[in-house]
Amino acid sequence: MTAETPLTAGIQANGDVLSLNRYEDMGGYQAFRTALREMTPSEVIETVKASGLRGRGGAGFPTGMKWSFVPKRNGDTGRRYLVANGDEMEPGTFKDRLLIEGNPHQLIEGVLLAAYAMEADFGYVFIRWAYRDSFLRLRHAAAEARAAGYIGEDIFGSGFNLEFHVHVSAGRYMCGEETALLTSLQGGRANPRSKPPFPPVAGLYGKPTIIQNIETLCNVPHIVRNGAEWYRNLGLTEESGTKLYGVSGKVNRPGIYELPMGTPIREIIEQHAGGMKDGLRLRGFLPGGASTPFLLDEHLDLPMDFNHIANAGSRLGTGTMIILDDSTCPVGMLANMEHFYAQESCGWCTPCREGLPWVEKTLTAIEKGEGQEDDLGILEDHCKLLGPGYTFCALAPGAADPLASALRFFREDFEAHITGRGCPWGSGGRY
Amino acid sequence: MVLTPDELALFDYGLSLEENPRSACVAAMKFIQDRRGWVDDEAMAWLAKKLDMNLSDLESVATFYSLVFRKPVGKHVILMCDSVSCWIMGCESVGDHLRRRLGIDLGQTTPDRRFTWLTIPCLGACDMAPAMMVDEILCGPLTPELIDKILDACEEADSS
Repeated sequence: MTAETPLTAGIQANGDVLSLNRYEDMGGYQAFRTALREMTPSEVIETVKASGLRGRGGAGFPTGMKWSFVPKRNGDTGRRYLVANGDEMEPGTFKDRLLIEGNPHQLIEGVLLAAYAMEADFGYVFIRWAYRDSFLRLRHAAAEARAAGYIGEDIFGSGFNLEFHVHVSAGRYMCGEETALLTSLQGGRANPRSKPPFPPVAGLYGKPTIIQNIETLCNVPHIVRNGAEWYRNLGLTEESGTKLYGVSGKVNRPGIYELPMGTPIREIIEQHAGGMKDGLRLRGFLPGGASTPFLLDEHLDLPMDFNHIANAGSRLGTGTMIILDDSTCPVGMLANMEHFYAQESCGWCTPCREGLPWVEKTLTAIEKGEGQEDDLGILEDHCKLLGPGYTFCALAPGAADPLASALRFFREDFEAHITGRGCPWGSGGRY
Repeated sequence: MVLTPDELALFDYGLSLEENPRSACVAAMKFIQDRRGWVDDEAMAWLAKKLDMNLSDLESVATFYSLVFRKPVGKHVILMCDSVSCWIMGCESVGDHLRRRLGIDLGQTTPDRRFTWLTIPCLGACDMAPAMMVDEILCGPLTPELIDKILDACEEADSS
């Protein structure tokens, strides 16, 4: 039996968008209609809780539990927001673009169901500017959904209202951090906010707000339609559902593959992504985007899920792996990544604003053959001082984690750059 | 006059959909940029008034976001991904080709004001790395030949 692929079943191989009619023919919007007719908002939350769905944006927080943090209405008529986070700027991550471009109605139905569950009356989708096709297709789909009565006031006579708005951002990785995203939506610089209060209590314009990754929301219609037990059984481990896994780097078939949660890493890389290119050897990989610590070939037989990857010392993150092969310089790779983090720091807190450029300059110097003997100590100090508890948000810890793992796993390569006064791979580290 | 009467009508309609004028500021700057290529000082002053914002406050938002252009750009804007997957797949060497072909460095505009070359963080196109966006069209996996083809097409479109 072929494994089920609910998230990508409606995505066509030729890249065309799935129309409203075709989405409905596949059973689309049935879950939303059923929820409106037969379920209370609390019942939707309970179903999502029972399904075991965890956030697909990187943190893996249980989705139903997050929704239950929103205070009950009890006569409160103030605005509440559901925000879909489509900022997707974590380097190496390219899964949400596929979902929005291929099947925007699935996302809209996810927004509708999540908004119904938390009794929100306003839904935003926050999309990065570079996802031009995603924006155009989603805007068209939203117009179709509005014309068909899925979006608007008193939807199908249920008394449930939802306004829907697509916001196009103007760049900056910081916007993906959920509180920075809210500030950005309000027309400010995307600086993060202090927590508590947490967004479910005081978010956008100070109102109760849930921020959810695109892939997470796309799971919701399938859970409501097929039930929590069906969803739990999709996973190969104790974790639920399917996952969009990605592989990039020097493999034969880089791409996104929807597979059961807990699929072994080796199967994803060797079978689905076609294995390493041109006889290259895998030296390590970042399992879930550029902010997750390296794992090595000894980890290839692990199931790719939140708990197994965390137990191995890394994070599932976005589930999109970046492969380091033996023709690529690990120091150059880190210099590239830290350049990104230094550039994308919002500058709000000092360790991140000042520390990351220092890290980038040190790594670039080592890569160019200008490294000093104590540079590795300086880098190790930064890994501690940019870690959790020292900075305002998770950006700097996300920059420090992969560096700390690289200093541990590829130490001889860093040392060879310093003692040999140059890069053995000759990559030069210009970026 | 920053906007024509027709543009102004569309601008005001967009503004009416936002929760408050300030929330519209990024979209408002992009509105001008989409039509003029960049946002000049006159437009900034007009926008600040229109959105009921302090000019320096609006400026701080403009300079925060990397895709709001406060300097003129060329007719075609090339955004080349320089993030880790594209770096592994050789964005530096295709960048070298672009550098030779255009005769400019990163961040610069050709003297004929035709091309501006910038970098952009991960385009979410790691399966087609190395990748770039030219005038909002995603292109990849890049090779020197593909870059030549894309630039030739831009030049042809300009001269026709």
